[in-house]
Amino acid sequence: MKYKMTRKQKKMLRRILITASLLVVFTIIKVIFSQIPWPVLLVMFLIPYVIIGYDVIRTAAINIIHGQLLDEKFLMAIASIGAFATGEFPEAVAVILFFQVGELFQSIAVGRTRKSVAALMDIRPDYANLIVTGEDGQENEETVSPEEVAVGSIIVIKPGEKIPLDGIITEGNTSVNTSALTGESLPQDMVPGDKVISGTLNLTGVCKVRTSGVYSESTVARILELVENSSENKAQAENFITRFAHWYTPVVVIAALLLAVVPPLFLGITNGEVWSTWVGRALVFLVVSCPCALVVSVPLSFFSGIGGASREGILIKGANYLEELSKADTVVFDKTGTLTKGSFAVDDIHPNEITSADLLDIAALAESYSSHPIAVSVIQAHHGHLDKNRVGDVREIAGKGVCAVIDGDDYYVGNGPLMDEVGAAWHECHLTGTIIHVAKVAGGKSEYLGHIIVNDEIKTESAKAIEDLGKVGITRTVMLTGDKEEIAKTVAGKIKLTDYFAQLLPADKVERVKELMAKGAKTVFVGDGINDAPVLATADIGIAMGAMGSDAAIESADIVLMDDNPVKIAKAVRISRKTMMIVKENIIFSLGVKGVILILGALGIANMWLAVFGDVGVLILAIVNSLRCFRISDKN
Amino acid sequence: MKKSYEAELDCANCARKIQEAIQKDPRVKFCSANFIAQKITIEADDDVFDDVVKMAVECVKKVDPDCEMII
Repeated sequence: MKYKMTRKQKKMLRRILITASLLVVFTIIKVIFSQIPWPVLLVMFLIPYVIIGYDVIRTAAINIIHGQLLDEKFLMAIASIGAFATGEFPEAVAVILFFQVGELFQSIAVGRTRKSVAALMDIRPDYANLIVTGEDGQENEETVSPEEVAVGSIIVIKPGEKIPLDGIITEGNTSVNTSALTGESLPQDMVPGDKVISGTLNLTGVCKVRTSGVYSESTVARILELVENSSENKAQAENFITRFAHWYTPVVVIAALLLAVVPPLFLGITNGEVWSTWVGRALVFLVVSCPCALVVSVPLSFFSGIGGASREGILIKGANYLEELSKADTVVFDKTGTLTKGSFAVDDIHPNEITSADLLDIAALAESYSSHPIAVSVIQAHHGHLDKNRVGDVREIAGKGVCAVIDGDDYYVGNGPLMDEVGAAWHECHLTGTIIHVAKVAGGKSEYLGHIIVNDEIKTESAKAIEDLGKVGITRTVMLTGDKEEIAKTVAGKIKLTDYFAQLLPADKVERVKELMAKGAKTVFVGDGINDAPVLATADIGIAMGAMGSDAAIESADIVLMDDNPVKIAKAVRISRKTMMIVKENIIFSLGVKGVILILGALGIANMWLAVFGDVGVLILAIVNSLRCFRISDKN
Repeated sequence: MKKSYEAELDCANCARKIQEAIQKDPRVKFCSANFIAQKITIEADDDVFDDVVKMAVECVKKVDPDCEMII
């Protein structure tokens, strides 16, 4: 992406180039023709000085009237005038020149970062095609702003358009690109009845959507609000820098004053040479008195870290959360919906004297009228055609299962107690999960046909997610679940968690997280944001996943994963660690260089040139370094 | 009431100083001058809000004559 400079920036660039060329030419002239009298030189160097510095001088003058003596423009003006006074004409111009270069660079860098984050967040829909039924009963399409669309309206979305509001497809098939929200580039196919999310892109077909909420409560509006406000939540590192900057300038300026006045008092109060030496050293102080490199690079690092994360579908609500996340050592997961899909699937089929296919066939037919998640999983596992004509009377036996007449025979499908009730010779299964037993009752005789094992499916990415967390230095991974001990143990073993707690009530989850935190662990809690808002709020960092379309999750979490891929957690940790690393580098580097220049300046080793380069150079390097936060590689 | 205004903040340190200056007013509950967002956010009670915003505009001009807060 090419950055286009604003008019203000272009004008400044022209001034910088003209001044720089004049400065070079005049300095060469000054060296070659060393006999030119100083008043001529002064006039010569005043030309580039005025070109580059007129606004600085003007602002400095206004600031004197306002009593703002510690403004960096004022200090730069003093430094340059001082340089003229001590006969260092090229240096005088250079101070202002490089100050302006630094300001320009800062403005371009920030403009660029803002633009690329804005491009990532280019999800704001501009309009909606609302269906309006006219007086004649005719349906017309009207283009309105998304804010004007009421709940339950029908809108039309054409190929290539952004989906303006959350809703359900009522007509038309299409595929949708969710990459702006999730980073997932594979389009998703959508059919009537499917939920579409605002901010995603409609790719192939025209479809009609019934809106499920107003714009201000839509996913896209919430995300935009979240990202725009994220820079309000400042990190400790940033507050430290703000406090530091508050004192840095006054201290350096006072030091400069002392340096200019005190040594000459002792070394020769009447000696002009001594005065000019020490005033020259003091000017070096003034040049490095601006804390800009520090003050800009820290928030810029956080901003680009948050921006880089949002490109991956990881929304971080503020720099403070990024900072906290970087210190995390324990990640606690809610099981259902986080590590597992939250939907059941058939794990295994253990038939008794019939084929697996027949057993599944009977179970699926018996459950074919049920919408219970477990029944649905059995029906889904049955890939063939389900001939519902074979099913006669179906009777539900509460808490136990169903009794269905299939092909004229009675079949009982359900749990152990149901088998006992019909007197079938059933047995326990060695596998963990929910067991569905099947028995046939014909002519007063019951026959046990076997059982089907149904489990909440572990997400394919879960094992990798835990492995990745280990790689980024998370020492403890814990799973909390309300499920039975055996189920928890199996899941924990399969994906290699360090710990698990089973059979917890929702309130117990909060207690467990509190216990971990009491032991000093920096705890991240990951949930699906639906039932675990209290736990999300309790943990040091709450991460809600699968936030597409879930408002509650976006509200209660500190970090929001747009999709439900747990691998993103390790990625978020990696982004936070990298960002904090860069923040620390910038703080140490800028402070270090400024400190060294101050010491060398006081000793008379560093001249004005070194100070100027030091100041602007540090600023530019710190900015370039902070822009690295934007690029997060997939490598560990 | 809490509201954000656009402002052409020139540098990070200028933003910091503007923020500190606005915060000095006791009526200001919260103020953030954000260089990166190029925004000044102000929170104050509804009845004094307009006055506070006026004060903030003056304040910005005083601290950094090159910067203007757009209301």
